[in-house]
Amino acid sequence: MGEWMTVTDPHLSSESKNICQYTSETKMSPSSLYSQQVLCSSIPLSKNVHSFFSAFCTEENIEQSISYLDQELTTFGFPSLYEESKGKDTKRELNIVAVLNCMNELLVLQRKNLLAQENVETQNLKLGSDMDHLQNCYAKLKEQLETSRREMIGLQERDRQLQCKNRNLHQLLKNEKDEVQKLQNIIASRATQYNHDMKRKEREYNKLKERLHQLVMNKKDKKIAMEVLNYVGRADGKRGSWRTGKTEARNEDEMYKILLNDYEYRQKQILMENAELKKVLQQMKKEMISLLSPQKQKPRERADDSTGTVISDAEEDAGELSRESMWDLSCETVREQLTNSIRKQWRILKSHVEKLDNQVSKVHLEGFNDEDVISRQDHEQETEKLELEIQQCKEMIKTQQQLLQQLATACDDDTTSLLRDCYLLEEKERLKEEWSLFKEQKKNFEKERRSFTEAAIRLGLERKAFEEERASWLKQQFLNMTTFDHQNSENMKLFSAFSGSSDRDSLTVHSRPRQKKPHGVSNGSLVCASKLTKSLPASPSTSDFCQTRSCASEHSSISVLNITPEETKPNQVGGEGASPKWSMASGPGSQEGCYSGCSLTHTNSHVEKDDLP
Amino acid sequence: MNFSEVFKLSSLLCKFSPDGKYLASCVQYRLVVRDVNTLQVLQLYTCLDQIQHAEWSADSRFILCAMYKRGLVQVWSLEQPEWHCRIDEGSAGLVASCWSPDGRHILNTTEFHLRITVWSLCTKSVSYIKYPKACQQGISFTRDGRYLALAERRDCKDHVSIFVCSDWQLLRHFDTETQDLAGIEWAPNGCVLAVWDTCLEYKVLLYSLDGRLLSAYCAYEWSLGVKSVAWSPSSQFLAVGSYDGKVRILNHVTWKMITEFGHPATVTNPKIVVYKEAEKNPRLALGRLAFPPPRAAAGAASSTESKYEIASVPVSLQTLKPVADRANPKVGIGALAFSPDNYFLATRNDSVPNAVWIWDIQKLKLFVVLEQLSPVRSFQWDPQQPRLAICTGGNKVYLWSPAGCVSV
Repeated sequence: MGEWMTVTDPHLSSESKNICQYTSETKMSPSSLYSQQVLCSSIPLSKNVHSFFSAFCTEENIEQSISYLDQELTTFGFPSLYEESKGKDTKRELNIVAVLNCMNELLVLQRKNLLAQENVETQNLKLGSDMDHLQNCYAKLKEQLETSRREMIGLQERDRQLQCKNRNLHQLLKNEKDEVQKLQNIIASRATQYNHDMKRKEREYNKLKERLHQLVMNKKDKKIAMEVLNYVGRADGKRGSWRTGKTEARNEDEMYKILLNDYEYRQKQILMENAELKKVLQQMKKEMISLLSPQKQKPRERADDSTGTVISDAEEDAGELSRESMWDLSCETVREQLTNSIRKQWRILKSHVEKLDNQVSKVHLEGFNDEDVISRQDHEQETEKLELEIQQCKEMIKTQQQLLQQLATACDDDTTSLLRDCYLLEEKERLKEEWSLFKEQKKNFEKERRSFTEAAIRLGLERKAFEEERASWLKQQFLNMTTFDHQNSENMKLFSAFSGSSDRDSLTVHSRPRQKKPHGVSNGSLVCASKLTKSLPASPSTSDFCQTRSCASEHSSISVLNITPEETKPNQVGGEGASPKWSMASGPGSQEGCYSGCSLTHTNSHVEKDDLP
Repeated sequence: MNFSEVFKLSSLLCKFSPDGKYLASCVQYRLVVRDVNTLQVLQLYTCLDQIQHAEWSADSRFILCAMYKRGLVQVWSLEQPEWHCRIDEGSAGLVASCWSPDGRHILNTTEFHLRITVWSLCTKSVSYIKYPKACQQGISFTRDGRYLALAERRDCKDHVSIFVCSDWQLLRHFDTETQDLAGIEWAPNGCVLAVWDTCLEYKVLLYSLDGRLLSAYCAYEWSLGVKSVAWSPSSQFLAVGSYDGKVRILNHVTWKMITEFGHPATVTNPKIVVYKEAEKNPRLALGRLAFPPPRAAAGAASSTESKYEIASVPVSLQTLKPVADRANPKVGIGALAFSPDNYFLATRNDSVPNAVWIWDIQKLKLFVVLEQLSPVRSFQWDPQQPRLAICTGGNKVYLWSPAGCVSV
């Protein structure tokens, strides 16, 4: 508590009074003085408290000190320490309340001042440190400034030197150029001089030539002639034509035609080239658009500006494409549109590729971009799967190859040879049987043919004999016609004879074209019957064979062979009854039918026989 | 491939007939016509003097023999050996003689290039063309034989006259912007005429058939200019070889240069194949033989075999330093030839005289370099396929084709 007391030196108090009088506004200064005093004397305060206390106020000067204090306080604005005087002369009494209040006020003031002092001190410290810092900065900056100034001077020096060099070089260059120009001028002047001289000489030469020419022409040398045995025709065979204005015009025309043809040809070439290049460009554009269009969805997420341009470009280009395909001319506008659109597409493609490159590089740098990692993982998985598959396939192929090799070379030579033949043995036997059968049948057919031909011959002979008989008989009849009156019966007989003969004729007619067959059709019924009976054992087999062949053509040859030897016997009997073809009890018509039928079957058999190997 | 027996020849006059059936060769004053397949002598004609120039007519029916000293031209017929024709220029003299494309007219250039006389074998008419230019290549016929372009010089200016060969009518006559015209050549399509200036000035002018100037090309000034010119068979390209060792290719659409081919002495690009002729040394083999034939050693010098080796890049070629103070220095592209299928261009740089450069025209890049042991004298393409024959003055012929090369 002692610290808080303001102890003033009497020496100082007068000073403070004075100061107060003159510096009433600056309240801080006296208080600062006071505070300083306090600061200075705060430590030794405790020691000298009592001395100080006793210094100002002693028991003798209480009244003076009170009045002094009252004066001071009132000047400071505090209420008076004395009580309100009731009278003038009465001694003023000390107002203890006032005194206490004043003391309190003073204490409060003191506290405030101390706080203020602290703040000020801290601020002072701060400012001091700031100052230090600023001074340091200033010092550094000054240093930097110095160094940069020095550098600048150095650079300026260098720049100056370089500029000097530059100027020198320029100067040299200029000198060289001047020299070159001079030399060129010299050359030019010399050239003109030479030209002039040349021209002069040439003129002289021309004069000489003219003179010589005149001399040569004038001489009219008889020697200057052409001696030809006979004139040769023109190369193209035509006659020479006179030189007229028409020919001149014609020549001009031809010349222009040639030129025009050449130009047209070149233009065609260039147009073709143009068209091809345009096609290529169009294709490129389409491909670029198709490349870029699947990227439409991705950029949408990122909401770039390029999406808008891509879509709009695609739409535009679609429209352009249709337009261009319609036009397909080499107009300026079309060309420009095409090139512009291609440039646009190319720019977009380029930017896209650049983006992709950036992405790739980012992936490399960052390494943990979720989407990309997943895709890479997927990719790796896929590749692993594919590799496994490839492995499996390869193994399978190997095993299959091994199996194949085993199959091919597993057996010994004997077994292989046996095996090779085993499939064919049966067939060989079959073939042999068939061959033997075939040969038999062939023989039989040959026999039949022979017999038939013999029969035919005999028939022919008999027929002749019969004809003769008939003729003679007819003659007799004719002779006897007048005696007999049986025309009808004759006619009938004639008819029957004729019909029979006609039948036979028809039969012969039928048979003639079929004589090629090994089994010709026999004519005479009796003869036929005899022949048929003879050939029965053979023919049914053949016919049955044909039957079975025709109806069982799809059966395997083995089965046919097996069947036919068995079936011949029953069919011999059954065939006669079953097939109406073989009914003997029939007239010529049915016989005809049967013959034709059997000939048909025979033809069939013949045809089918041809199929046998 | 083998050589046939050696036949006598004078003045390097040996020509195949245009139809490929006959071979005409001159020996002194005799003209010998042989069959191509059997090389048997078919006809033998005797001229009045030593033959300086012989030429087949385009239809292979006539041969002209020019004797410049006597000023005579004699024409022989293959079908009728007894037919004869003699053209005597008399005092006018004779400097050059050639056939017209129809095979029925002979163009004689008189001495001092005073005039060109056009003698006709079918009519009695004679035409005169005054003041043709005496230059390297002053006459050019179109490939279809319709037109003749002739360089003339009048009033110290170069002119070109275009005649119609069928009736020798003058079609066009125009002057050219050249200082001193050195040569003219028709394009194979017969529509463009290339005109180039003397080597003192690099200028190539292109005229259309009707005499209009299509384009003028000048690569550089002051240095020596154009040395050789060649058209590509499709008339698409014009190759201009100049004294600076470069070939410049002009295209027929814009008549501007599309590329230039340099001929440096070192080849560094590994994609180029360099064939070097190397001698097969027979002497090494002699020691191993049991009975070395003594003649082989003597004949080794003349009958050395040579083969081509592929040299690995980088290859440096032999160069020839030209004499600085002489005219017509041996620098620049002296020879140019396109292959008949338009795929290749063969060039020779005179400062690297042993090498032949073959350029791929499709890719406009150097394709192959062939280096011989001696300077290349001449080369020619096979008229039908891309095969190049080179001769260096030795006893071998070198053949190159895209499949490879061989020395015969």
